[in-house]
Amino acid sequence: MAKKVLILLGTRKGVFIIESDAERRSWQLRGPYCDTWPLNHVVADPVTGAIYAGGGNAWFGPAVWRSADLGTTWTHSRAGLAYDAGEQPIKSVWSIAPGRGRLYAGVEPAGLFYSDDAAQSWAHVAGLRQHPSQPDWQPGGGGLILHSLVLHPQDEMQIWVGISAAGVFHTANGGATWEARNRGTRADFLPEGQNYPDHGQCVHCLVMPNGVSNRLYQQNHCGMYRSDDGGQRWESIEAGLPSTFGFPAAVHPRDAETLYLIPLNGDTVGRFMPEAKAAVWRTTDGGKTWRGQRNGLPQGNAFFGVLRQALATDRLEPAGVYFGTTSGALYASPDEGNSWACIAQHLPTISSVETLVIDT
Amino acid sequence: MSIEAFRPASAPVVVRLPALLVSLFPRAERRVEVSSTTVNEMIDALDSRWPGMRDCICDSTPAIRRHINIFVEGKRVTLATRLAAGADVFILTAISGG
Repeated sequence: MAKKVLILLGTRKGVFIIESDAERRSWQLRGPYCDTWPLNHVVADPVTGAIYAGGGNAWFGPAVWRSADLGTTWTHSRAGLAYDAGEQPIKSVWSIAPGRGRLYAGVEPAGLFYSDDAAQSWAHVAGLRQHPSQPDWQPGGGGLILHSLVLHPQDEMQIWVGISAAGVFHTANGGATWEARNRGTRADFLPEGQNYPDHGQCVHCLVMPNGVSNRLYQQNHCGMYRSDDGGQRWESIEAGLPSTFGFPAAVHPRDAETLYLIPLNGDTVGRFMPEAKAAVWRTTDGGKTWRGQRNGLPQGNAFFGVLRQALATDRLEPAGVYFGTTSGALYASPDEGNSWACIAQHLPTISSVETLVIDT
Repeated sequence: MSIEAFRPASAPVVVRLPALLVSLFPRAERRVEVSSTTVNEMIDALDSRWPGMRDCICDSTPAIRRHINIFVEGKRVTLATRLAAGADVFILTAISGG
């Protein structure tokens, strides 16, 4: 059966969708959707085909938008997306993860919610904010946000979250209690001798390869890491990369050893492509060695960044790789990162890139 | 006579909604009449007519959202402000964005 790939873009001014057949050489763009709301994360449920867009509007607060027809029409709700009266109100939704009929949403200020009715209403996973470290959580540059959500592929009671700047946390009991999982990750911004705390690290992105239950990769403000025990211990995989700083990470759809990162030049020197030359860095051996993929990417004057949720792969063969820039361009590789083309430009700042492959 | 008899009856007020808010609720109208004695009750009345509208106007503090302004007879009000019968209420979106 023929297949079609949809690239779902969350931007500062609504959702855009760009789609192609499985060849991925010719693309059609449509949008903006969702009343041009700022949307931090747009993701599809691969089981139902529904598309969800999470964000927040300066006037009306947080919302999750939903489309059941591949983006043509949308509804929205924020029912239940609230902390108790007197607490700081929720400003925005930052991450959405569908799994096993349930939908999770990470929000700012950092917290976790779930929905069992396809985003019509939400309930608070209160246990996360009851973690004893919660009073210490500090906002990163993007705010105090829960931006990464990883659901265990088999065990529905296990979830990992990434919070900036609080670190990685894991629950083994469906969210009732949580454990910090940051051992081995640095916090270079703390005083000398205190750079490996229990929590407080500035995790930027957390991903798990498909079907592998204990392998995690992490792009941190201070380094790139791999864990083979569900985050109980992290080891650095930054050797061979042009910097230790970046935002997104994306895994290959079938190979747990293949990971894509986009290191930026550094946190205090502009946060753009190193030497203003764009590259996606790929490892095929779990982070032991790296190669910069540049074919088709601008090799001069590339003063853009790529945000934490703006790098993704698709599940076609060979896998497609996509990233969106802060300057509103979308680059695509139909061959696992070997060659690239700009398939959209002049869009608003791209916050997130996700893919959906459907049968036609 | 019971105490209830001395409470002021809900009075009809005219509420004008901002276009951006109306666009979020497909059957909402820009001008609506509701019966309320306070701004808080007025927002409840809007929410009962268009479920979810309260959360767009108010946060969980609870308070009127930071970038929403409600004016009655030319003065900015809070949730607790009482409404006189026939009051003209404007809900406005602040200048915001980028």
